[in-house]
Amino acid sequence: MTVVADKPTEAPLARRTRILRKGNEAIAEAAVRAGCDAYFGYPITPQAELLEWMARRMPEEGRVFLQAESELAAINMALGAAACGKRVLVSSSSPGMSLMAEAMSYMAGSEVPLVVVNVMRGGPGLGSIGPSQGDYFQATKGHGHGDYRLPVFAPSSIGEAMDLVATSFEVAEKYRTPVILLADGILGQAMEPVEEVYRMPPRQDFDWALGGADGRPPRVVKSLHLKPEALEAHNRHLRAKEAAIRDAETRWAGERLEDADLVIVAYGTAARVARTAIALARESGMRVGLFRPISLWPYPDVALRALAAQARGFLVVEMSAGQMLEDVRLALEGARPIAFHGRTGGMVPTPGETVAALHRLDRRTGGSGR
Amino acid sequence: MERSVIFAGFGGQGLLFAGQVLAQAAMEEGREVLWIPSYGPEMRGGTAYCTVIVSEEPVGSPVVERPDVAVVLNPPAHAKFASMVVPNGVLVTNATLVDERVTREDLSEIALPLSELAAAAGDARLVSVVALGVVAARTGIVLASSVHRALVDIVGRKRPAILEMDVTAFDAGIRAAGGRPIAEIVREETQAVAAAEREATPAGHEL
Repeated sequence: MTVVADKPTEAPLARRTRILRKGNEAIAEAAVRAGCDAYFGYPITPQAELLEWMARRMPEEGRVFLQAESELAAINMALGAAACGKRVLVSSSSPGMSLMAEAMSYMAGSEVPLVVVNVMRGGPGLGSIGPSQGDYFQATKGHGHGDYRLPVFAPSSIGEAMDLVATSFEVAEKYRTPVILLADGILGQAMEPVEEVYRMPPRQDFDWALGGADGRPPRVVKSLHLKPEALEAHNRHLRAKEAAIRDAETRWAGERLEDADLVIVAYGTAARVARTAIALARESGMRVGLFRPISLWPYPDVALRALAAQARGFLVVEMSAGQMLEDVRLALEGARPIAFHGRTGGMVPTPGETVAALHRLDRRTGGSGR
Repeated sequence: MERSVIFAGFGGQGLLFAGQVLAQAAMEEGREVLWIPSYGPEMRGGTAYCTVIVSEEPVGSPVVERPDVAVVLNPPAHAKFASMVVPNGVLVTNATLVDERVTREDLSEIALPLSELAAAAGDARLVSVVALGVVAARTGIVLASSVHRALVDIVGRKRPAILEMDVTAFDAGIRAAGGRPIAEIVREETQAVAAAEREATPAGHEL
């Protein structure tokens, strides 16, 4: 299990060389610097600047940028390029991700490594263009049909998003799997100071990639296994791979947990709101900490369960009607009371609302009821 | 301490740009910032706003319930944001387009003809840069010299011809708000930096 250090213990900020960069553009440039060979996409708010950045940068680097006629076309082009062993990025926002669902399942079945960025907006349907975390179920519980799981990484700052782009390519190629980078409209649209630190994962010599069978036996990348025995064997293989990912790629960060007897569980932008709410709640004497999942699948359930030993109660904060909430319930197995505060439709929970929810949880779990 | 500024008005008034300049200036001062646009289906002439949060710590919540400063450049922005500003906060009102004034007594409203000042500086679209001058002169969120540097950095690199107009508009805002001319501030700072460097050079050392 990978535990990311608490953010507040970082070095002083003043002396670093930083630039101001928009989330969508930071993710795009991180992909370019990670050695992305090809990008396919179709414009949609609030991720359009990601595609625009790639439209300029990929040709500059002599690489492939292709704006397809639809999300369906884009993701299937990406499937083809990734099957050839190329490092491929696709990005979209919620309604566009739904259009890509079929290919996500095919890519999982075909074991094609690539990175898909979803800058989530309000739903269901066309919803709104406001920020949301309403695609948690879609991303973590199987985007398309069939029996599979995909790694999902959720940054809560623009700098972290840049780092997770490289991590996503690494994990995708190590395990031959699509990886989802799950952001939201705020992370896509906001600008924040970032250090221009990039990582280019080393290239692997893929023994499965297509590219002409000249001088070697043909290779096949497919998701079709008509014999039940063959498909079951394939499913077992996928399960084993998922177990390996669960063991090695589970990521989370904790903040102010040392003395915490109440814990907020939140990811992405909601975790930033939680951080401010925790600072406010601590001013009034409450001992609150933050548990922030970075990998949404595999979910850091073991680490979260361990916190039940010290915490009286847990508050889940999301920009949804309660989706990650279900994984928190599974992790805690009824050990402690769980409260929930969520906003939907492009609304973002406020620190004030979150503190109010903390007070309610405090009273409910035997606190002094401030 | 965390402080937030909202720039609000018509699309096309340069709100997002002014917010970016403010964010860059605060970042150059070594602080943490978060710039968030309203990214709804805005268009030229529609309503738009952006928020800049400046802090000594990494910025948490992107949601600002009560801004410390609101720059309101048109009547709808005044109607929406004047009541949201924190007690003892600052409201910068574009008197050219906004006739209303706040009745709140716990608020310092600085009403100046920002659009007229911008037009006099060369282009009415510089209104947000004029407002930035007022913010720099009256709120203490960033130093005027930092904003000047950010303008040089952001505008000067790409469009040096436009920079002069931006600096003129920024200077107009500072002076309308009772501040000293930006040229004077920059000159003094340059001299101070040069003096500090001379002091740092060991005596008798020859280059």
